[in-house]
Amino acid sequence: MTAQSKTGQPTTRRLMTGNAAAAWGARLADIDYIPAFPITPQTEIIEALSRWVGEGALDARMTMMESEHSMITAAGAAAATGVRVFTATSSQGLLYGMEMLYTVAGWRAPFVLVNVSRGLAAPITLEPDHNDIMAARDSGFLQIHCATAQEVLDQMLIAYRLGEDARVRLPVIVNLDGFYLSFTREPVDLPEKQAVDAFLPPFDPGPTRFRAGKPVSQAVAVLGGAPYSYFRYEVELAARAALPVYDEAAGDFADRFGRRHDAVEAYRSEDAEVVFVMIGSFATKAKEAVDRLRDAGTAAGLVRPVLLRPFPEAKLRAALIGKKAVVVIDQNLSIGKGGVLHGEIASALYGHTGAPGALLSFIGGLGGRDIGADEFFEMARLAAEAAESGEIPPPRLLYTGNELREMRKLQAIAHVEHAEAGEAS
Amino acid sequence: MNEHFERMKDLPSTHLLGAGTALCAGCGGLEAVKEVYDVLGANTVFVNAAGCMTLMSVYPFTPFRGSWLYTAMASAPAGAQGVRDALDVLKAKGRMTEEEDLEVVVLTGDGSAYGMGLSATSGAIDRGLDFIYLCYDNEGYGNTGQQTSGGTPHAAHTATNQTQAGVLGWKKDLFAIWTANKPAYAATVIGGEPLDLARKIDKAKSIEGPRMIIALAPCPTGWGYEPQHSVEIAKLAVKTGIWPLKEYENGKVTHTRVPHPRTPVEEYLKLQGRFAHLFEPERNEAAIAEIQGHVDAYWETVDAEG
Repeated sequence: MTAQSKTGQPTTRRLMTGNAAAAWGARLADIDYIPAFPITPQTEIIEALSRWVGEGALDARMTMMESEHSMITAAGAAAATGVRVFTATSSQGLLYGMEMLYTVAGWRAPFVLVNVSRGLAAPITLEPDHNDIMAARDSGFLQIHCATAQEVLDQMLIAYRLGEDARVRLPVIVNLDGFYLSFTREPVDLPEKQAVDAFLPPFDPGPTRFRAGKPVSQAVAVLGGAPYSYFRYEVELAARAALPVYDEAAGDFADRFGRRHDAVEAYRSEDAEVVFVMIGSFATKAKEAVDRLRDAGTAAGLVRPVLLRPFPEAKLRAALIGKKAVVVIDQNLSIGKGGVLHGEIASALYGHTGAPGALLSFIGGLGGRDIGADEFFEMARLAAEAAESGEIPPPRLLYTGNELREMRKLQAIAHVEHAEAGEAS
Repeated sequence: MNEHFERMKDLPSTHLLGAGTALCAGCGGLEAVKEVYDVLGANTVFVNAAGCMTLMSVYPFTPFRGSWLYTAMASAPAGAQGVRDALDVLKAKGRMTEEEDLEVVVLTGDGSAYGMGLSATSGAIDRGLDFIYLCYDNEGYGNTGQQTSGGTPHAAHTATNQTQAGVLGWKKDLFAIWTANKPAYAATVIGGEPLDLARKIDKAKSIEGPRMIIALAPCPTGWGYEPQHSVEIAKLAVKTGIWPLKEYENGKVTHTRVPHPRTPVEEYLKLQGRFAHLFEPERNEAAIAEIQGHVDAYWETVDAEG
């Protein structure tokens, strides 16, 4: 089906999964090279790309690597040689490649890596949460967190433009949640190739590339803290520079394609008293809850950081200052501390005039666990209560009585099986 | 006979590698890299794994006239894959000329090559990567003070094994691991035999595909001897038969030097502090005989094939 977008650009609307949207984003970005390694729930992406390369629809080279550690090394090395690179992983794979995430970010070799978020072992699971992507938080990769399949496709294009910008030159992770987004079909507007080409010019590696007769040394060792700090600070400054570059790219994207992707999404939060803060596709559950809470008379809203690195601190502060209560729902768990996002939001607000009196922390959605509407209502109630009393409850791990009862049943079965096995031997 | 390197005077007289690196005096690895580089030429990109040679390029200096990319300890062959693939893509898409192309060379120590880097190396061989894999083998984690690696020989003392017996295991046969998977080329070399080395590098240069060169790298600090003895020890490694010089090509292994008669291994062992416990306070005849037996058994298989 062909339609006209708001800006008059012809587009094609198709039903596709989040994974397919990621693959389409890579295809439209004219990638040159795909070092790949399979892992659920990401594999569909590299299979789609492989099919297109085979059919000749995508002029790229795909190389199957033997691990994610090697995959990220090859991705960085190819980007450092001057081609546009795409790769994708998930969960255990992202952690297996963790050494190289830090390393290639330091090379200032821009490319895009899609991470399809999935909980980490142990216990081993396939379903989503954000502990994998949070582990990459400090690596030097920029991070964009998507909530819909359309965002995945659009953010792929913005990510290349952002990472390759001469003021930035850093690799970018585009994150989407496994299953809920990776395997869910949604209508997606596919932009025209010519329009994408106008938005995203070919990768210009500048002088940092390997060619005969033009020797360069990349990623050399340093001796001492001063040169080390210099290069690390340069990465930090580049990441900070990415904040306005992102706004610029997202603004241009909106002008060309009619879809805005602000660094921080604010949903009905302007006049809200209680605001939820969440990232990723589970934030769509919060949107639904916000609507229901408003129907029930509570002025609720949602603030969703789309860009997590660089951290859009000023935008978050602007969105949250003056609210009575803020509820941060972390789909991750920093063991022994609690939610990672909660601490980040606190650091953005602390000491600022008008900072919300109540900042509450909840952990939910681990390993794909649902967050129910009743839980959003309960969190909003506790937040309003805390704002009123000034007493902030300790971080809470969301779990219902029913879930605990079901867990007890599983344990009872395990005990019976164990006992029977013992009798048999 | 290699037409380029028939006699010592055929060896390159201009040297490409700059001086003044942070490497130790008498480093057998540096000697091998210098000789290899002279034959390969400056149109190379060295993709380095963590090890002694990582300290060759320290900001803002490099001794290389060509290019350099430091990766990590485990994944230099994957870095080579990324560079090679990118160069091929650029050529195929007309964004780079054939003249701008580079020889991609992994530069690794034995610590990575015999251990942590094996997975990435194996992957590169599976994929038929067009690269040269150059291992300077100083038989231990040299850069960190000579701890035991997969390349450490039997009975040696290392910084992590000071027992009377020394290291119990036997040096892993990396050459056999490679050749079992039919690479385009594989060879053992040593800096102390520069003509043999130059011929092999010259041959490797003319072939496409995965090519492996292991250079035994006598190491004064790690092996416990004075730097001036590096060449003597290298020559003894060959004469005793401890380090067989050989090459693999078209499915066949050929020995390029067959020492006759072989010097007893103790002549090699006794010069090195790492084997001193086999001689002092009293000779460990059994251990020396065991090592000699291993070497003899190897050469018996060579003679049988020969």
